Amino acid sequence: MKAVSRVTGHALPLDRRDVDTDQIIPSDWLKRVERTGYGAGLFEAWCADPSFVLNDPRFAGATVLVAGANFGCGSSREHAAWALEDRGFRAVVAPSFADIFRSNCLAIGLVTTELPEVDVARILAAVAHDPSIEITVDVEWRSVAVPALGYAEPFSLNDASRARLLAGQDEIDLSLAHADAITSYESRRPAWLPRVRTAAG
Amino acid sequence: MSARTLAEKVWDDHVVRRSPGEPDLLYVDLHLVHEVTSPQAFDGLRLAGRRVRRPDLTLATADHNVPTTVGRPIGDPVSARQIEALARNCAEFGIRSYPMGDARQGIVHVIGPQLGLSQPGMLIVCGDSHTSTHGALGAIAFGIGTSDVEHVLATQTISRERPRTMAVTIDGQAPADVSAKDIILGIIARIGTGGGAGHLIEYRGDAIRALSMEGRMTVCNMSIEAGARAGMIAPDDTTFAYLKGRPHAPAGAEWQRALDGWRSLATDPDAPFDREVRIAAADLRPYVTWGTNPGQAVAIDGRVPDPNALADEASRASAWRALAYMDLRTGTAMRDIAVDTVFLGSCTNGRIEDLRAAADVLRGRRVRDGLRALVVPGSMAVRAQAEAEGLDRVFLDAGFEWRSAGCSMCLGMNDDVARPGERVASTSNRNFEGRQGPGARTHLVSPAVAAATAVAGHLASPADLSR
Repeated sequence: MKAVSRVTGHALPLDRRDVDTDQIIPSDWLKRVERTGYGAGLFEAWCADPSFVLNDPRFAGATVLVAGANFGCGSSREHAAWALEDRGFRAVVAPSFADIFRSNCLAIGLVTTELPEVDVARILAAVAHDPSIEITVDVEWRSVAVPALGYAEPFSLNDASRARLLAGQDEIDLSLAHADAITSYESRRPAWLPRVRTAAG
Repeated sequence: MSARTLAEKVWDDHVVRRSPGEPDLLYVDLHLVHEVTSPQAFDGLRLAGRRVRRPDLTLATADHNVPTTVGRPIGDPVSARQIEALARNCAEFGIRSYPMGDARQGIVHVIGPQLGLSQPGMLIVCGDSHTSTHGALGAIAFGIGTSDVEHVLATQTISRERPRTMAVTIDGQAPADVSAKDIILGIIARIGTGGGAGHLIEYRGDAIRALSMEGRMTVCNMSIEAGARAGMIAPDDTTFAYLKGRPHAPAGAEWQRALDGWRSLATDPDAPFDREVRIAAADLRPYVTWGTNPGQAVAIDGRVPDPNALADEASRASAWRALAYMDLRTGTAMRDIAVDTVFLGSCTNGRIEDLRAAADVLRGRRVRDGLRALVVPGSMAVRAQAEAEGLDRVFLDAGFEWRSAGCSMCLGMNDDVARPGERVASTSNRNFEGRQGPGARTHLVSPAVAAATAVAGHLASPADLSR
C-alpha cells in the first residue's frame, strides 16, 4: 500500500445516494483474477448514458470523488475500490460510507472522508458549476479544504487509520508483529471448536 | 463484570490484542473462501512468501460463477480460469475445497451451517458480504474484502473497531403468511439501507424465537442490506437441535461442554444496547420491493409509492430514478405488475425450508405460459434432500427448471442472466440496477410469493391463487 498524506485535485460530482458496489464495478468484472485493470469497468452501466458525469470531459482527471450518503453499499468486493484507484481517484468524500467499502479503501490507501450532508451538498453544487474548483483532503491534519468556497473543516479519522495511511503500512506485517499473542490465543481455544480436514487429510 | 450483550460476549472472546486508539485484533475461527474474492489474495501471499497460517480453519468452495445446468461445462473462459485458480491455490496452500461436482459443494453460506462448521460463539469471515448469514447460529460473522482475505489467510486474525450494538426486537407472533424474508424486508423498509451502519444487530423477540434455523439465516443474511456490520440471534434449543449430529458439530462429552458455553452467550437481562428498534410482528405483511435497493419495499397488497411523499430531496431523487429504471408508475398496484421470470434460490432463500415453502404452493399447479422459472438449490446437499422428499418432481411438474447448486441468477455471474428489461421476481437479496444482468429489473420476494407469482404471472401471494 502506498503512503498518502494529502490529496489535492479536481473533483467528480456524483450527486446520488446509496451508490452500491454493483454500480461501481459490475459483477462481470469480478471473474478476473488480476489485481489491476478495473478502471475501464468503473460505473460501466451508468457510463452507457452519454450525459453521465464520468463521461463529461470537463471532469477528466478528477482525483476526488464527491458523492451522496451510504456510498459503497452492498457487496464486499474490493474490486470497487480497485476500480476507483485504477481510474485515478485518491479520495472519496461523502456524508457516509458502507462499512466494508470503507475498510477496503483503507486497505489500499484510498482515503474516505465523511463530511456533514449539507457540506457535501454545497461542494457538489459548486463543483458541478465550476469543475476547476480544487479540493484538498489532508490526512495528516485530518481536514478538508475547498479554498474557492472558503471551506476548511476537520473530518474524523481514527489514529490507527491515519497512521496506516501516512506510513503506507502493510497490515499483515503489523499483525504478524503480534505473532506471540496469536499463538498464545490459539493455545487457549476450546478443543471442541471445529476444524476442517485439510486437503491432505 | 457488567452486563453484556451477545455480540459483546462473542467479540470479547476473540480479542487477541487490544490497545488504546487501535482497532481490536480478533481471532478468526472459520474462514470461508470462494473463487471470486480470493485469487488476488493468494497471489499476495505468494509474492510475500507467506503461508496460510491455519488451513484447518479454512474451507473453500466454488459457488459464484459455476454453471447450474446439470452436466454443463463452464462456457465462459474467464470464469473457468478463476475456478481453476481456486483449485490450484487450495492445492498449493493445503486448503480443503469442495469443487463443482462434489456432493458437498454449494453456496458458502449454505454449506457452513449445513456441515455444522458454523457454531454459536464463533467468529466467522468470508470475502462475501452475506457472511452475516452465519450470525443466525449466534456467531459474529461478517464479509471482508480481498486485502482482508489475504490478512486472514496469513494471520488467522482480523483487525476491526468494536461496533456499536443494536437490538431489533420483533414483538409478538407474525401473521401466518409472513415469512422470515418478509420480516427482514419489513425491518429494512423501516430502518433503511444505511440504518444499521456501524452497528452489530441482534434480532430478538417472540417472532424471531419462533423462526426455524433456516428462517433465522434468511433474516441474518440480509443484515448487510440494512448496512449493518453483522446480524446475530442468541443460540437456543432450536439452534442446538439443528447442530446436533452434523458432521463438524461437537459430539459425546464435548457436546455437553460446548452446550454449557453456548447457553451462557445470550444477552444478559440488563445489558444496554446503543440503539433499540421495536416492531410489532402483527404489523408485518408479505413484502415485495418496487425499487432498486432492498429498503424500497411495500406490502404485496400495496401500490408503487409516490416519491414526492418522501421527506428529503436525496431520497426523492433516488426513488424517481428507481421508478424510471424499474419502468413503474406511482400508484400501480403491486399485484398488477407482470413478471417474465421467477428465480428461487441464493444464500438468502436457497435452503430446504425455502424449497418446501415454494413446493407447497406449487403442488397441482402450473407455471404461467411463457414465464421462465428456475429453482437453484443452495447446495448439492439441499438438492439431494429435496429430491429425497420428492420436491424436484413438484417443481418439474409445475414447469420449473431444476438446477444444481450455485449463486446463479442472484448476481448473474454464470449463464443465468436476465436480459435487459426482463422483470424478475427473485428470492435473492439485492434489487440493485443490473444486479441480475444489465438492464434487468428485480423484485425481491419470499419463496411463497415467488411460487405464487410464477403461477399467476404477476406479483401474487399464495392466497391470491385460491381467490
